[in-house]
Amino acid sequence: QVTVREAINQGMDEELERDEKVFLLGEEVAQYDGAYKVSRGLWKKYGDKRIIDTPISEMGFAGIAVGAAMAGLRPICEFMTFNFSMQAIDQVINSAAKTYYMSGGLQSVPIVFRGPNGASAGVAAQHSQCFAAWYGHCPGLKVVSPWNSEDAKGLIKSAIRDNNPVVVLENELMYGVPFEFSSEAQSKDFLIPIGKAKIERQGTHITLVSHSRPVGHCLEAAMVLSKEGIECEVINMRTIRPMDIETIEASVMKTNHLITVEGGWPQFGVGAEICARIMEGPAFNFLDAPAVRVTGADVPMPYAKILEDNSVPQVKDIIFAIKKTLNI
Amino acid sequence: FQKCDLHRLEEGPPVTTVLTREDGLKYYRMMQTVRRMELKADQLYKQKIIRGFCHLCDGQEACCVGLEAGINPTDHLITAYRAHGFTFTRGLSVREILAELTGRRGGCAKGKGGSMHMYAKNFYGGNGIVGAQVPLGAGIALACKYNGKDEVCLTLYGDGAANQGQIFEAYNMAALWKLPCIFICENNRYGMGTSVERAAASTDYYKRGDFIPGLRVDGMDILCVREATKFAAAYCRSGKGPILMELQTYRYHGHSMSDPGVSYRTREEIQEVRSKSDPIMLLKDRMVNSNLASVEELKEIDVEVRKEIEDAAQFATADPEPPLEELGHHIYSSDPPFEVRGANQWIKFKSVS
Repeated sequence: QVTVREAINQGMDEELERDEKVFLLGEEVAQYDGAYKVSRGLWKKYGDKRIIDTPISEMGFAGIAVGAAMAGLRPICEFMTFNFSMQAIDQVINSAAKTYYMSGGLQSVPIVFRGPNGASAGVAAQHSQCFAAWYGHCPGLKVVSPWNSEDAKGLIKSAIRDNNPVVVLENELMYGVPFEFSSEAQSKDFLIPIGKAKIERQGTHITLVSHSRPVGHCLEAAMVLSKEGIECEVINMRTIRPMDIETIEASVMKTNHLITVEGGWPQFGVGAEICARIMEGPAFNFLDAPAVRVTGADVPMPYAKILEDNSVPQVKDIIFAIKKTLNI
Repeated sequence: FQKCDLHRLEEGPPVTTVLTREDGLKYYRMMQTVRRMELKADQLYKQKIIRGFCHLCDGQEACCVGLEAGINPTDHLITAYRAHGFTFTRGLSVREILAELTGRRGGCAKGKGGSMHMYAKNFYGGNGIVGAQVPLGAGIALACKYNGKDEVCLTLYGDGAANQGQIFEAYNMAALWKLPCIFICENNRYGMGTSVERAAASTDYYKRGDFIPGLRVDGMDILCVREATKFAAAYCRSGKGPILMELQTYRYHGHSMSDPGVSYRTREEIQEVRSKSDPIMLLKDRMVNSNLASVEELKEIDVEVRKEIEDAAQFATADPEPPLEELGHHIYSSDPPFEVRGANQWIKFKSVS
């Protein structure tokens, strides 16, 4: 059993060992072992040159990381949370994402931006935003969102080996959650391809598409409903961009019903994009009901527990949406 | 030539140097090429063959040519959008530069970038967001240090950009980590239409690195720029960390082609600089007065340069635009081909790395 935190740590450790051009920078990543202990032990093992503590200067150090990538190194730039990436978002989009295109293919930017994304617990509005839709919007970026430990390890390794800017949206509440590791996942060359979704659970009555922590909620909902004879197919997107719409379409063509589940805000979100694309493709004619979105509430995240609990999608909200869609 | 003002430095670059005839002719030709290239771009813009943004650097030739003379081709350079001169001095041809400005397939970025996004070996553009290139440059310097090959990175920004917060973040990290970064403020006295006195509480840009030593350089005198650059590069290569250079220079054109450049400064001022401090004229006078070259010889170079620019402009005007099929290319590097969506769901472009 390996926690998501350990999986990311393993993935980074293996890639640091494999390629000396890889290095990690960010606030507290070295001597503090990482604000959330994700980089525990790495500084002890690799030293100051490869694991760099930065001052609190997101725009500055993100730009430095992008410049280092342009000059041929392979930086992992950690944002303590993606909320702080907003300080540096110009470097992510204008300096990293667009450069290969603007240069006509001359200048690549092999960088990874990683850190916890979305809601945590009790950290309130400025520390709880989900950036999947914002980063997923931009051509030139790849955006991944691991759910379990295998996702976390396989995706961070693929991200580091990718020659493009990759945003890795982790989840703080998942860091401590343990999962079984297959023997495959224990290998030093275990990679999960970016751009491919995974069907976590086969089903026939309805398709649930999700990313990150809500994948777990979908599986819980599926378990509950299975007892009532409703079999849900649960898809773990794993990648936000480029989105694997084909896997979703094939599933919808089988089940005829679609629900998207995400932690982020509803407007202009990941679910909205999925629904739009389903309408444009072959799966539309197979829908027996409109596609439905389950999302975070359309408010800045409140603090009080009862308010916070009701601002994120819960299992009961998913079950309710499923029954509504299936007309039960 | 002029002694440089110093900040936190015991001594500065030498005030005399040796200029060989060979070097002098090379610098003259390069500066004249940049000058003529920029003027040709002005012409092409007015004919609407160049569109969008076009920021010209005529007047500032001693900066790009002088900096290049002070470093090696294996060193690195990054600047903002007034970049055509640097694109040339870093090794690209006038042809490729003009064809990129006109948006043709023979452009150095295949027509995908335009004026502000030209790249070459060890030249990282060409950056459109004011100030963003400075942390990038510090990052390139970090890579230089990481790789241990004694290379330095010249990180340029203007007097306008000098007030960007991210530059101070870059100063801090460069000094902390002793990055071999030469921060260079190309002070041409105006950020768009705002003079330095109206933008900065301190216009001593060479001092604004605070804990980073700095020097202020006559940016119209190519030899002054060269010696200061050699001095700064030696400082960085010795592992002492970053250094800051302010080049005092001037642009004849407005901020960009959409700026006549006279609402915020006087024609008299522009004329005065042209007649007293023109960098090409200064070098020419030096060379003729020291008998390094004759007036006729230099005139011959002028003629050759004019022809080169004319030929390049011909190419840039005649070369076809990039094929529409390439619209989706170069989204990702090193990836298998995939499809990119066009203006509606039925329009698809193939994307090849």
